[in-house]
Amino acid sequence: MLEIKNVYKTFNAGTVNEKVALNGVDLKLEDGDFVTVIGGNGAGKSTMLNAVAGVWPVDMGKILIDGQDVTRLSEHKRARYIGRVFQDPMMGTAATMGIDENLALAARRGTSRTLRTGITKKEHEEYHELLKTLDLGLEDRMTSKVGLLSGGQRQAVTLLMATLKKPRLLLLDEHTAALDPKTAAKVLALSDKIVHEHNLTTLMITHNMKDAIRYGNRLIMMYEGRVVYDVRGEEKAALHVSDLLQRFEQVSDGGFANDRMLLS
Amino acid sequence: MEFFTSLLNSMPGAVAQGLIWGIMAIGVYITYRVLDIADLTVDGSLGTGGAVCVVLVLNGVPVPLALLAAALAGMLAGMVTGLFHTACGIPAILAGILTQLALYSVNLRIMGTGTGGGKANLPVSVDKYNLLVSARYVREAALSNPLVVLVIFCVVLVALLYWFFGTELGCSLRATGANQNMARAQGINTSFAKVLGLMISNGLVALCGGLLAQYQGFSDINMGRGAIVIGLAAVIIGEVIFSRIFRNFALKLTASIIGAIIYYMVMTFVLRLGLSTDDLKLLTALVVAIFLTVPYWKSRYFTKPAVRKGGKNNA
Repeated sequence: MLEIKNVYKTFNAGTVNEKVALNGVDLKLEDGDFVTVIGGNGAGKSTMLNAVAGVWPVDMGKILIDGQDVTRLSEHKRARYIGRVFQDPMMGTAATMGIDENLALAARRGTSRTLRTGITKKEHEEYHELLKTLDLGLEDRMTSKVGLLSGGQRQAVTLLMATLKKPRLLLLDEHTAALDPKTAAKVLALSDKIVHEHNLTTLMITHNMKDAIRYGNRLIMMYEGRVVYDVRGEEKAALHVSDLLQRFEQVSDGGFANDRMLLS
Repeated sequence: MEFFTSLLNSMPGAVAQGLIWGIMAIGVYITYRVLDIADLTVDGSLGTGGAVCVVLVLNGVPVPLALLAAALAGMLAGMVTGLFHTACGIPAILAGILTQLALYSVNLRIMGTGTGGGKANLPVSVDKYNLLVSARYVREAALSNPLVVLVIFCVVLVALLYWFFGTELGCSLRATGANQNMARAQGINTSFAKVLGLMISNGLVALCGGLLAQYQGFSDINMGRGAIVIGLAAVIIGEVIFSRIFRNFALKLTASIIGAIIYYMVMTFVLRLGLSTDDLKLLTALVVAIFLTVPYWKSRYFTKPAVRKGGKNNA
């Protein structure tokens, strides 16, 4: 359903800060694939997700969603197909707006925004029920500004927003990395639950290799702007962290896995 | 005693000016607070509003229609700034400055249309034309008193804006100002939202210009000079006084209008004390600078670090 065909992206081309972020990425996702993405810092994981989301135009290559070429579609137009949760909990919500208002904004993703009321009474009730499922007590403070919530609560709300209108593709960009371990585990479990409930096609970046193995039906490893390892199904389920580390050393030509990969 | 009588006598005028500038302050609130853009177009679009309104009235157009045209002209100015910013990638502040500068020439041209050559000052007499508001009647107890019209204007505008910012479209503007990344991820065209916001804001500012020109009986090429600072002063005074009690959006807009009224009352007061009108702009700038500095210094130098004391709980 998602096809990334030979995509290249270089930042600051022609300067001393030139950085080849994507170096011919090829990836094809089947409907319902839940893919975890691992790789060291600067491997191009986030860049790949941003390329799919259309944050900036790519230098070369094509991106297709459901066979439709979206390479030239702007970010807000692509949002029709894509739900996103970012690494920074501040990034996915509007801090100065209420929890209910944030959800209402997300409910209108992909539709044109008119002079109809921004949030109806009926929606209010629906969101109340929806927030209950989070079990965070947020349903009792729906009109509170999102800025008052903790990072974990904000990520949970962002997750609801990304999936409120069922997206064709869900992009999770290390969305638990900024949370404490306990909260991270909770948000991750919630993500897994939502993905399975709606059978969402998902790309999830993580630095935690155990999580990468535990969640999803497929795992890819990126290195220097390319997909270097792609494993699925039972083979993936049978992986151990040591296998991944070994694999990483192979592709990086004996180079050492960076600190962040070893720590997790 | 005489001082107080004369001060009291000048208060209706101060309130009227405050109400007129309050409309402008709402425009500034929309860009500065809702969209998070400091828009300097207003210094020019205020004059555009005055120029368009007066020229049309002098050329025989009915006053309400002339005011509407003034607002539309302001929206056009806002659109130019918005396109400079979004389509041409010019930083918002600079985009506003560019439009403002260009409007100086445009305003002169407008004021020269059908009035014989470019004019920097264009009088419009309340004797000859059926003006909506005029300073002449500000102390009369009659329906022609500008305060009546102005209060109605402000109430209607606040109600309209309150409704608008509650719609899907209005919410998308607020989301754009709050967090552009999030807005785009939720499918909001942030460029469009910014242009629309700037248009609404400058439309209000030009409307203020049209009313101001009628009120003072002339349009002047310099009438918008420093307008942004007066607008900011009104917004900030309103926030300082009412932010703890006014949480509703309509009330926040109202706070800006009251801020403008307070601003003009204070200005009238210091003028009565003997301050020269020449020094007004200096005073305004200082007031705004101080009001912007205090919260910053407060958070920076006067926040007490959380002291961890010993004891069982912290052991």
